[in-house]
Amino acid sequence: MSDTVADPTRTLAMREAVTEALAEAMEENPDIILLGQDIGKYGGTFGVYRGLYERFGPDRIREGPLCESATVGFGTGLAISGMRAVVEISFMDFSTVAMDQIVNQAAKLHYFTAGKLKVPMLIRSTVTSRLGLGSQHSQSLEAWFMHIPGIKVAIPSGATDALGLMRTALRDDNLVYFIENSGLYAEEEEVPTEYYEIPFGSARVVRPGTDATVVALSSMVPIAVAAAEQLEEEGVSVEIVDPRTLSPLDMDTICESVGKTGRAVVTHDAHGTAGPGSEIVARIQEQAFDSLDGPVLRVCGEDIPLPAGLSVSKILPDEAKLIESIRTLVEKNW
Amino acid sequence: MPDEANGDSLSPEGEVELYFKMCLIRAVEEHVVSAASIGLVPGSTHVSIGQEAITVGACSALDPKDLMLATYRGHGAFLANGGDIKELMAEIMLREPGCCAGKGGTMHLSDPEHGTLLTSAIVASQIPIAGGVALGCKLRNTGQVVMTFFGDGAACEGEFFETMNMAKIWNIPLVMVCENNGYALATPISKSQATPDIADRAKGFDMPAEIVDGNDVIEVRNAVARAVNRARSDGGPTLIECKTVRYGMHSTRSPGYYDNKEDANAWRDVDPIPRFRAALIEREVALPAALEEAEARAKMEALDAREFAQAAPLTSIETIRANVFAE
Repeated sequence: MSDTVADPTRTLAMREAVTEALAEAMEENPDIILLGQDIGKYGGTFGVYRGLYERFGPDRIREGPLCESATVGFGTGLAISGMRAVVEISFMDFSTVAMDQIVNQAAKLHYFTAGKLKVPMLIRSTVTSRLGLGSQHSQSLEAWFMHIPGIKVAIPSGATDALGLMRTALRDDNLVYFIENSGLYAEEEEVPTEYYEIPFGSARVVRPGTDATVVALSSMVPIAVAAAEQLEEEGVSVEIVDPRTLSPLDMDTICESVGKTGRAVVTHDAHGTAGPGSEIVARIQEQAFDSLDGPVLRVCGEDIPLPAGLSVSKILPDEAKLIESIRTLVEKNW
Repeated sequence: MPDEANGDSLSPEGEVELYFKMCLIRAVEEHVVSAASIGLVPGSTHVSIGQEAITVGACSALDPKDLMLATYRGHGAFLANGGDIKELMAEIMLREPGCCAGKGGTMHLSDPEHGTLLTSAIVASQIPIAGGVALGCKLRNTGQVVMTFFGDGAACEGEFFETMNMAKIWNIPLVMVCENNGYALATPISKSQATPDIADRAKGFDMPAEIVDGNDVIEVRNAVARAVNRARSDGGPTLIECKTVRYGMHSTRSPGYYDNKEDANAWRDVDPIPRFRAALIEREVALPAALEEAEARAKMEALDAREFAQAAPLTSIETIRANVFAE
């Protein structure tokens, strides 16, 4: 048998990957309790919990009232009492209602008790940036959470990463905020059949290239791949790096890529101002300044509240904007 | 576990022990105020002088395995629940041997070994956390009861209402003890509460509630014991409102402002310590000499703890940088 035979794979959509990782962990660890609204028979707002209620019952798939703040508080209470909580805050925008519990409580308890308490809690939210649901149901707020020491932030861009990161998240003894973009839920990938985990703080080189590095997050990863394929035809070779987690952030992989290409563009749906890209750009110039042949650019959501309707796409980054940015970077003599 | 009707299930020694704990909290808090006045307690600290009967009475109704969460005015609760006095003093003075290695400070205490999970300084935030702890106890069938203290200010926060709702829906073993001292910093309850009794709010959730004289340690103990019994026998949550009076100030930094002079001095007339002392003598539970001995012992232990804390090393930068994440 040849050792070049590819490892066996199977086809999985990102939504199924998240569900599978949760079910698998719940099977193994009876102390995992899921909290949230509409997570029972309804299966969660985005259907991620479909089938879990029937399998694990109402004690563990604990459907509760609509109160994000106390729900996260209850999750923290479960976590510090030796269980593991998974809280669904359906739309990421609703996390704002629970900010005290997330930022002042769950993220702080391990620290200020000098390690006496642990908070093994996973918060899951969906971002629907491109669905056109309006200003209160579309936001990508990951920068808010990567700003707070004590929170780990995972933001997968497809099924393979979602499965591996979720498995890691469900074994981590810290607060993890897990961000899923609804636009990726139905996207299918070939996923390894063999069990694997993806450690936090390990970026993935999605596509190798030599002329420019694109650091892309979440739904911008497939768009960046499309942009890179377009540019390839023009003779521009683009390397794409997906950090996969924002806290911890794998700067080694990003800087290694920038060291090779000398150019970098950071792209995400979140507003540009003080978005996750602001931090990534800052660190690239701190850690890889000598490698840079030009400024590090950003292609982000405009600083405008997201409007209702599909015109939302006009103020979000897309393939054309990204291509333009990469071309500028490559063609201009800095 | 005390008798439902009264406190007579306590031995005379047990009652004197309650008296000692109240004196200990008073003595510690007086040291905290004096240490703060000479800069040994950076920031601000919220003492529980005048409210000792609530924490001591309530914690005395718990079993050692039970769990408790309190507020930023939490020194009394920490001690009443069996916490180490030296660890407390060292924490308040931000020293390495503090219960949280001097990183939490006066408002953030933790002593899981004695059942005190945490004290929190965002008003009402610990109430849903206590609810989650109680849910965990119920799901794992541990037989533990969870108690949380909070003030009248917290009774205006959404999380108080959200937790009562969830606690009732899920019938969890939670005892919610409101220390209503009449003031949220400078705002009297007449300006902050729609109805005079916070206990009324439990009715909206079909949850049992009681109002007790928070300056009567035995009355508090008995009410909490009834709630603990209910919780332990799967009877669900209870709200207990302990009416009390705030001592002089909100914190060492914020005097709080009283609406009138009567409010500012009211606590002296109902001070729970001389009141309990008089009751113990009148009921012939203890001789004055035994109570004087308890008072002296409390003062001695508080002084020892203060001296221990003052001599202890300040928290190192290595400790300060540790524990951002669990390994």
